[in-house]
Amino acid sequence: MTKVKPRVKVPKTAEAGEIVEIKTLISHPMHSGRAVDGDGNLIPRRIIHSFRASFNGTEVMSVNLKPSVSANPFFTFPFKVTESGTFDFIWVEDDGTEYKKSAKISVG
Amino acid sequence: MQTLVLKPISRRKALSYLGVAGASLTLSSIAFAGPDEVNARISAITNGAAGDDTLITLDLPEIAENGNAVKVAFDIDSPMTADNYVKAVHILADGNPEPDVATFNFSPHMGACYASTRMRLSKTQNVHVIAAFSDGSFGNASALVKVTIGGCGG
Repeated sequence: MTKVKPRVKVPKTAEAGEIVEIKTLISHPMHSGRAVDGDGNLIPRRIIHSFRASFNGTEVMSVNLKPSVSANPFFTFPFKVTESGTFDFIWVEDDGTEYKKSAKISVG
Repeated sequence: MQTLVLKPISRRKALSYLGVAGASLTLSSIAFAGPDEVNARISAITNGAAGDDTLITLDLPEIAENGNAVKVAFDIDSPMTADNYVKAVHILADGNPEPDVATFNFSPHMGACYASTRMRLSKTQNVHVIAAFSDGSFGNASALVKVTIGGCGG
C-alpha cells in the first residue's frame, strides 16, 4: 500500500483583508472499484470521500468526492485573511481513516 | 450503474480476444451515466429552475490527452458576502459510470469564488458545473471535453 501523504501550500504571512490562494494535495490512489490489477482481479473501491478546510475552527470549504476525482486529489481555493490563525485540513477515507494537516497564517 | 459485466480479465488478455470474438462488445457493456441521467441530476439539484449561464467561467481543456487527470477549474461571479455567496458547486460528467464528480461546499470566508481540481473522464463527454447561490438561484455552465485515452481503469 502506498503511503497516504497530505500536503498543503498556505502563505505564512498575509495582509489583513488579502485574498490568498490555498493549495492542497493528498497522495492517494482513489481506487474507483472499477479498475483491475495486473492479475485481472477487480481492485476494491477505496477513495477519499470528503475533504474539509477550517480556519480557527470555522469551516471555510469542504468537498464531497466521488470515484471520478483523479488519484492524488488536488484542490485550490481562495481564502480571505482577516486575522492570524491556523488552518486545519482533514481528508476522510472510505474506511473512516482521517488524514490531517495544519498550517499557520500570520497577519502583519 | 450496477451492470458492470466486464469480466475481470487483463487488458492484454482482452486485446488478445479481440480478433476472435470482438471484445468491443464486452468493453461497451459498461453502463455510462448518459445525458439523460445527468439532466435528471441537474433538475434534482436545481429543482427544475433554469440556471443563469453567464455567471460561471469554466477552465476546461478542449482536448484531454489523458482522461485520468483532467483539470477542471471554475470562477464564479459572486461577492461572497454573508448575505450573497455561492453555497455549493456541483461538477457532473455525462459520460462517466456515475454522473457526480465532486461537490464543493463554500462559505463567505473565502472572499472570492473559484476552485480547481482534477477529474477522471472515461471518454469524450460534456462536463457540467452547477452553482447554487445563497439566494436560492442557480448558475450553470458546461463544456465538451474530447478525451484521447479514457481514465476509468479497466
